[in-house]
Amino acid sequence: MNVTIVDYQSGNISSVINSFTEVAKGKINLEVTSDIKKIKFSDKIVLPGQGSFKSCVDSLNQIKGLVDTLKEFAITNKKPLLGICVGLQMFADIGYEEAETKGLGWISGKVSKIDNQKGKFKLPHIGWNEIEIQKESKIFKDIKNKSHMYFVHSYEFIPEDKSVISATTNYSSKIVCSVERDNLFGTQFHPEKSDKIGLKVIENFLKL
Amino acid sequence: MLKNRIIPCLDVKNGRVVKGINFVELKDAGDPVEQAKIYSDGGADEICFLDITASNENRETIIDIVRKTAKECFVPLTVGGGVRTIQNITDLLLAGADKVSINTAAVKNVDFVEEASKKFGSQCIVVAIDAKKVSKNKWEVFTHGGRNKTGIDVVEFAKKVEEDGAGEILLTSMDKDGTKSGYDIDLLKIITKSTNIPVIASGGVGTLDHLYDGIVKGGASAVLAASIFHYGEYKIKDAKEYLNSKNVSVRL
Repeated sequence: MNVTIVDYQSGNISSVINSFTEVAKGKINLEVTSDIKKIKFSDKIVLPGQGSFKSCVDSLNQIKGLVDTLKEFAITNKKPLLGICVGLQMFADIGYEEAETKGLGWISGKVSKIDNQKGKFKLPHIGWNEIEIQKESKIFKDIKNKSHMYFVHSYEFIPEDKSVISATTNYSSKIVCSVERDNLFGTQFHPEKSDKIGLKVIENFLKL
Repeated sequence: MLKNRIIPCLDVKNGRVVKGINFVELKDAGDPVEQAKIYSDGGADEICFLDITASNENRETIIDIVRKTAKECFVPLTVGGGVRTIQNITDLLLAGADKVSINTAAVKNVDFVEEASKKFGSQCIVVAIDAKKVSKNKWEVFTHGGRNKTGIDVVEFAKKVEEDGAGEILLTSMDKDGTKSGYDIDLLKIITKSTNIPVIASGGVGTLDHLYDGIVKGGASAVLAASIFHYGEYKIKDAKEYLNSKNVSVRL
């Protein structure tokens, strides 16, 4: 199996590489690239994302043909793609971090700043929080409800169609912490930094 | 509910842990990678390395340690000490660090925090502030491991780094550091109240009660400790169970 971690020159993806390498343990061919050809012929794609919504979208758009290739892979061909953090947020139509920015538009919705209730909640939302599973999800196989995952973000994805939400977490309000539609997966938390339980999420994705 | 984090900190000098854990099961008590793994397996919410190597020539050593640790520990890894340039940050992040903590450079170069958070994102920029009490309810920022006075008020500085895009503040009381008499709660309170980003309490932990005070009385989002874990007095698990028994939410 060929799995590609999309390296689009935005943010730090070392931890994503390390954790997938650990789980794959040589059994899976792991590529870290932005090479369109390699992406096209992958079986699965991981789309990480760090920094702002705008900077990630801008970086994706910098690489000619990348957005179309990803769309063909995940939306047209419905092959498995996992977006992590801003990688998930970019599924939205629009994001408001830094400046109003058009997203990939794969799942209708917006990405806006978490309501900190006038300073009652510190931002970024950093640390370990419990996930509340909302629907059965392939990537949560054998993962208990209320498991702890590591989060670090100030913006949240608000999808129009709530049926895509596979888990939420409580911080100021119920924040979307993962989505699933067909073979499109996204986590707001960082499975690569969420200890053994996070590695289990990665394993579930790789086993699809 | 967001959990309060417990962060063990390892001081590393020329590639070796200073004041390391003295567990019998350790093969090499000075190996930072092995110690980090023990902490991570024991339930540490994050791991922090503080590089106290004096010379610049040995920068490669810490980078190598980070590279090895990141392949074995899958919890967030913060590295501080000698982070002065954008290149330093790039090197550490590429090696596998998730966050860097900036101390002296945040004071010396007023644009550095902003520049770094714009480039890498707030999520990986921690500003480490060393504070010393100068009069009643007044603290001053010190640099170079607490040796140099800056004349800068800690509250003003904390607000500035938040504005510049720091994701977290690691607040160390120089008065309390090494005393084992507990965190400076007044200092913590004033900083957690005047900023809206998470504050990590540091300096002075001697008992598990001190961790409780840092969170409950001081308002810290995370507590950092070195010696109580290093000498095996307490394990991370002991600290978590204790806090949990006192209704402080932690990841168990």
